[in-house]
Amino acid sequence: MMNAAMQERQVDVLVIGGGTAGPMAAIRAKESDPTLSVLLIEKANVKRSGAISMGMDGLNNAVIPGHSTPEQYVREITIANDGIVNQKAILAYATNSFQMIQRLDKWGVKFEKDETGEYAVKKVHHLGNYVLPMPEGHNVKKILYRQLRKNRVEITNRYKVTRILVDDQGRAAGVVAVDTRTAEITIIKARAVILCTGAAGRLGLPSSGYLFGTYENPTNAGDGHAMAFHAGAELSGIECYQINPLIKDYNGPACAYVTGPLGGYTANAHGERFIECDYWSGQMMLEFFKELQGGNGPVFLKVNHLAEETISTIENILHTNERPSRGRFHANRGTNYRHDMIEMHISEIGLCSGHSASGIWVNERAQTTIKGLYAAGDAACVPHNYMLGAFVYGEIAGVEAANYCKGVPFSEYDADYVEREVARIRAPLGKVGGITPYQAEYKIRRLVNDYLQPPKVTKKMEIALHRFAEIREDLSQMTAEDPHNLLRALEVYDILDCAEMAATASLYRTESRWGLYHYRVDHPEKDDEDWFCHVQLFKDERGEKACKSIPVEPYVYEPNDHEKQAYDKLRILTKEMA
Amino acid sequence: MATTNMKVKVPVTVDADKCIAAKGCTVCVDVCPLDVLIIDMEKGVALMQYDECWYCTPCEVDCPTQAVTVDIPYLLK
Repeated sequence: MMNAAMQERQVDVLVIGGGTAGPMAAIRAKESDPTLSVLLIEKANVKRSGAISMGMDGLNNAVIPGHSTPEQYVREITIANDGIVNQKAILAYATNSFQMIQRLDKWGVKFEKDETGEYAVKKVHHLGNYVLPMPEGHNVKKILYRQLRKNRVEITNRYKVTRILVDDQGRAAGVVAVDTRTAEITIIKARAVILCTGAAGRLGLPSSGYLFGTYENPTNAGDGHAMAFHAGAELSGIECYQINPLIKDYNGPACAYVTGPLGGYTANAHGERFIECDYWSGQMMLEFFKELQGGNGPVFLKVNHLAEETISTIENILHTNERPSRGRFHANRGTNYRHDMIEMHISEIGLCSGHSASGIWVNERAQTTIKGLYAAGDAACVPHNYMLGAFVYGEIAGVEAANYCKGVPFSEYDADYVEREVARIRAPLGKVGGITPYQAEYKIRRLVNDYLQPPKVTKKMEIALHRFAEIREDLSQMTAEDPHNLLRALEVYDILDCAEMAATASLYRTESRWGLYHYRVDHPEKDDEDWFCHVQLFKDERGEKACKSIPVEPYVYEPNDHEKQAYDKLRILTKEMA
Repeated sequence: MATTNMKVKVPVTVDADKCIAAKGCTVCVDVCPLDVLIIDMEKGVALMQYDECWYCTPCEVDCPTQAVTVDIPYLLK
């Protein structure tokens, strides 16, 4: 029942997450119909939230006329993601890629251009040219913020959305949210809800053991993945984990996309190349993993053969953009790009469609399987979508949601469900002497490393599910002494949901695919006969995590025969191998 | 179960001489994605309350008086 400390309000379009896709969704929803009330709700602060909090050093998937075509891009990502793609969704990105670059350019985002003013596109992918550097890309968030203000999008910071409310017709009806500084709970009714919550970045434990030293912005704990699951939406490709090659310990990108076009490359301990292409794919990561584990390991980023001015350029980009504290990390250890190779390692696992493929299932209109619920960005399953894909799908979701709103009334939510959710939210505040969120999180994520990190082994993943179930029972003893720790406690539930989803989907697909991302030691071969399909994860009638397969829709563009194996042959052949 | 407090060295430090939190500034607290900074009302200085740092540096970069320094957390330094 309504409690005195609980607020209720309503908006037409509610966008959850103010990082990359979220601001774009909110701006474009408001632009398409200024009469709509649009609320952007953010767990941190929109000014500096999300994956691009400190900017971005380049576009990894720019489809620019004269350099590449949408058709080429769709083919490349189809091969890079081992065939398991909804090409229509990738095509929707590719056809809108260039107009989005132009929109961002007009807003003031700086892209590298040559002396004639043309975009200076570089080659990093195996086949085509899609990388557009942004050496002055540190101010993307400021530019987005300006557009949010200009379009009068309402912003609410420091709220964690905990659940999506669904009406008896199965339509999104709103959300439950909690103020992370006061623990006050608000029910927000909405005609349409857009999930832009980013990656599940706090899933694996970084090898440093520091919970927040993750590759992804650790604010992104997989809230959206968990919320979509509990609302009854399907997720897809969860077994295609994100694992990235990173600067060891620092756990940020090295960053081959920046250094590659300037002559840098990934090398083994002898300073030799061992992969043909530094573009991040599961197949590339498998070769990286083998080299790391083998006698020629570990793996390094090599730029020390380059000229002084080139190295200065690299430092200038890497130490001012995206993860600018790289510079002080190297300085602490006395690592100098001029003399030293930079030791690399692989990241903890995560769920992130920006780099791999796992996320909330969406079609080419950013619609999830729940009416009125949309998803965009790293949280939504559009493989290899990166920052520009987040912007494009944010736009698609915003415009679609605005249109959808016109035809639908506000729905009623289930008051009993809300009551149970309020009890779940408040439970840790009343406990004394229980398990702290820190301990619960550490334990779950340590088990993720022990049992889920590839190479995947069936029995290990079964043990993981068993242990996760035990921990779920422990969570009733979780304690939070203040609203901040309540936030962390609620995130522990999201992290546990994501861990269970990762194990469940991985167990379901009894083959190996996507190189290291889904390398199952006891099912080592790719099996196109049985597993050329999407694996959808959903909530079954008992409320448990379950999977089913759905066919891959017929391709719009069939990959060329001579290109199909391109990503399977990434290792450079030595003389002996040849 | 009983609980205890474990002390750790935190990566964000604030120069009390430069910090203008006493004049109402909350920039570093506002921009932190993980909400780990607070204002010590008695001293009028910002401080790191929770050891949950992504060493992302908006608190340092956006500080109007260059009072904030972000170090790499010791576990991964």
